[in-house]
Order: sequence, then structure tokens, then C-alpha cells
Amino acid sequence: MADFWNFYAWPTIIIVLQIVAIVVPLLVAVAYLTLAERKVIGAIQLRKGPNVVGWFGLLQPFADGLKLFLKETVVPSGANRGVFIIAPMATFVLSLVAWAVIPFDAGMVLADINVGVLYLFAISSLGVYGIVMAGWASNSRYAFLGALRSAAQMVSYEVSIGFVIITVLLCVGSLNLSEIVLAQQGMWFFIPLLPMFVVFFISGLAETNRSPFDLPEGESEIVAGYMVEYSSMVFALFFLGEYANMILMSAMTCVLFLGGWLPPFDIAPFNWIPGPIWFALKIAAVLFLFLWVRATMPRYRYDQLMRLGWKVFLPLSLIWVVLTAGVLVATGWIPVTSR
Amino acid sequence: MIVEALAFYMFAAVAVASGVLVVSVRNPVHSVLFLILAFFNAAGLFVLVGAEFLAMILVVVYVGAVAVLFLFVVMMLDIDFAALRSGFIRYLPIGAMVGLVLLSELALIVGAWITAPEAASAFGAPSPDAAKIANTHALGLVLYTKYAYLFQAAGMILLVAMVGAIVLTLRDREGVRRQNIGEQLARGKHNSVEVRKVRTGSGI
Repeated sequence: MADFWNFYAWPTIIIVLQIVAIVVPLLVAVAYLTLAERKVIGAIQLRKGPNVVGWFGLLQPFADGLKLFLKETVVPSGANRGVFIIAPMATFVLSLVAWAVIPFDAGMVLADINVGVLYLFAISSLGVYGIVMAGWASNSRYAFLGALRSAAQMVSYEVSIGFVIITVLLCVGSLNLSEIVLAQQGMWFFIPLLPMFVVFFISGLAETNRSPFDLPEGESEIVAGYMVEYSSMVFALFFLGEYANMILMSAMTCVLFLGGWLPPFDIAPFNWIPGPIWFALKIAAVLFLFLWVRATMPRYRYDQLMRLGWKVFLPLSLIWVVLTAGVLVATGWIPVTSR
Repeated sequence: MIVEALAFYMFAAVAVASGVLVVSVRNPVHSVLFLILAFFNAAGLFVLVGAEFLAMILVVVYVGAVAVLFLFVVMMLDIDFAALRSGFIRYLPIGAMVGLVLLSELALIVGAWITAPEAASAFGAPSPDAAKIANTHALGLVLYTKYAYLFQAAGMILLVAMVGAIVLTLRDREGVRRQNIGEQLARGKHNSVEVRKVRTGSGI
């Protein structure tokens, strides 16, 4: 009985508590990201944004959530029922499970696996399934067009994200996310790898279907794309998943290029602030860029989107992989680790 | 140990069950979705034997890229289910033969395992000790040294396949207007606007 408690029950309880400690702040962050988006875009367009529900509109996300919760879930009669329901669940679950490997501070990570960055890459490449399944199961032309656009778009930009990750890995010599952060103690990677940082950020916009690459939703041509038949909580799951993916992509940017939990300068006033707060601040800064881009840029045309992915980013990132490897070998800076 | 055994049986059972469903469900899109589930569970089995790199590559390559394209194509096909069923009897002998070959191979493996349990030790131990080195690193150490030529050959075969696919689908089409971004950006006031004096009542 003691064995049962020591080896199975307590670890399970502790892991569940850790998961709750990650997911609850994440969902609160998602809720307030929706508010922040409306406030930021409002400020950029010289409007006030939501300011009625609660002080400064602080209760607006909960009002929206309650509204969606009270609506009716409509399943179209021509829809493929099972797949139609599974699609939003898949999107939402995939946007949460990736957080298992994100390091919030030295040693503060749920699963410190040694292929962490590959796990992140794998999970983010699965995000397309929720959208494709939704588009097919809705049995609607608009939804299907959105799904097809999304499938081609996400597969295209994954390729350059893969090469960007390889350049970072060349500089680190490990696939473990904590070690990637620790390798940036001298200098954050966005300085020596600036072009790759830009490529990664733009590919991140495409990977999360954000403006200016939000063609799968494209309100002006295909209504709301893959989400057109969804209502109520199943729609809310898509929405939460999309925003959680944005936060995840920002967290990936921070871990790979902006030094994760590390303070900008390792001197007195900066290193008093604990790591998780630095991490959150950096994520917030990258998220602000996401919102800024949405308020500023017009939507890409589809062929231009494909051109950017395959003819600009792919050759550029390939050249940088070769260049980085060459420089590292020529100067002898190539890291040698056992992991 | 119990947890590992439970995880193994769960992954194995779901993998086999979804494998069966891939060939037995009516709707091809559902088939592809079950295929993806089978890939996932195979990745889980890889993790259980300590091959986490292979597990992640399986998910990235097969689930993240290959299966997406499968799904893409299968979704767009306008499939007549009756026509799909009609070929069943015709292709049954071939399918049964492939199944029989695989079954006999499995039987041989299990037979060898029962009759000669020491056979497993005849394999060489993994050359860098698996406990000391992460398997990503270990794979890299042999793949780019001992098997460098084979690795290059595999890359060459993939390149040839890619070129072949492009050659097969490429056709010259008349009257296609291509966008030349450089030309568009180089266009200025001097070659796009012309100011003329127009006399009243005459036009240009």
C-alpha cells in the first residue's frame, strides 16, 4: 500500500497539480489576450475598444465567454457528426499539450524531455488537423475552401520553421529547451541570427493563421472559412485554441531567440526579478507584435503567400543553415555536448 | 513497471484496432484519420522503447506532413462508394497474398523467439551505449560517418523522385500571365503616367 502511494498516487497527484498550475494561468492569459487585442487595435485606430463591462472592460472576456456558453450548438444536418465535434476539441487539446515542455524558469518545466524542440515542432505541425477536419466535416463550400487554404499554407511555412529551428540547434548542440535557453546566457540568439528571427516570426504568423496570413478565415471572400458552421462552445474551443496557439508561438520565439526566462542583463536590478516574470514579459512583447501586425497590414493574396513561403523564406533559411554551420565549423565555436 | 505495461498494451491495442479500421471503414476520410491515429500510437510505442527521436520524427514527417497531404487528396476526391466496393472481390486474392506473407513473417519471428530465445543476443549491442548518450546524438554519430554514402544515396533517390513528380505534372500552358514582382516594383511615374494637352472638342 505504501508502494502504491509512493510510486503511483503521489506522483500522479503532483503532476495533475502542475498541469493545473500551467493550464489555468494559460486560459486566463487567453481570455485577456482577446481583450488586449481589441484594446490595442482600438488604440491604433484611435478608438477606445471595449470599456463598458467592468473597469476598462476588464470583465469583457468573461461576458463574451458566458454569451457563447449560453448559445445553442448547431450541428448542420449534412455534417459528418463525429468529425465535426472532434475537430474543435483536437484544436484546443493540441494548443494545450505543447505547454508540457516549455521551461518557465531553470528546472521549472513539466516534462524536461531531451527532444523538447522536436516535440514542439511536431505538436505545432498537427494544428492543421483541427482545421482540415472542421472544413471537411462541415460539408460546406466556404468551410472546405478555408480548410484547403489552411492545409497548404501551414505545410508550406512549417518547412522554413524547421530550417530556422535547425540553425538555432546548430548554435546550441542540444534539442532540450532548457539548454537552448541556457546557451543564450552570453547573447540572445536574435542578435547573431536576426534574419532567422524575422523569418520565424513571420512564419509563426502564417502557422497560427493570423493576419496578414488569415486566408483560411478570410471574412471578405469565404465568410469565416472553416469556422463558418460552428456556433456556441464548439466555436469557442476554436477561438481559445487559436489564441492559445498564438501564445505558444510567442513562447517558442522567446525560448529560441529571446533568451526564455533570462534577464536582458545579468546585473543587480534586472536579476532580482524572477525568471517566469521575464518570460511572461517577453511573451507579452511578442504578442503585442502579433496584434500590431494585425492592425497594420492588409491581407496577403494567396499566390503571394505561397511565393513568400517557398521562393523567399525557404531559400533564405537554407542559405542560413549552411552559413551558420560553416561559420561555426570554421571558427571552432561549434558546441560539443553529450545530450 | 505496471504503468509501462499498461501504456504498452494501450498503445498496441489502439494501434492494431485503428489499423483494422483503416481498411474496414466505409468512408476514405475516416480511413485516413484512423491511419493518423495508428501513426500516433506507433510513436507512443517508440517512446516506450526509448527511441524518442524516432517517435518525434514519425509524428513530424508522417503525421505532420505526409498524412496531411493524404487527407488533402482524399478529401478532394469525388468518391463513388459503390464503385469502390465493386473491385473488392477482384483485388481480394492480391490482398490476401500480401496479408499471408506478412502473417508468415510474423509467425517466423514469434517462432524463433519461442524455439531459440538466445537468438536475440546474436544482434550486436548498440555501438554507443544507449544509457550514456541520447539517441539523437547516437544516430547522428553513425548516420553521418559509417552510413554517410547510404544517407547521400537516400537523399539522391528522394531528389530524383521529386524531379520526376515535377516533370510528370509540368505542362506548358498558353496565355498564362505571370506576376513579376521586380518589374512591378521598378514601375514608376515616368513609365506609367503621361500628361497630354487635350484641345477642347477634339479628344486624343
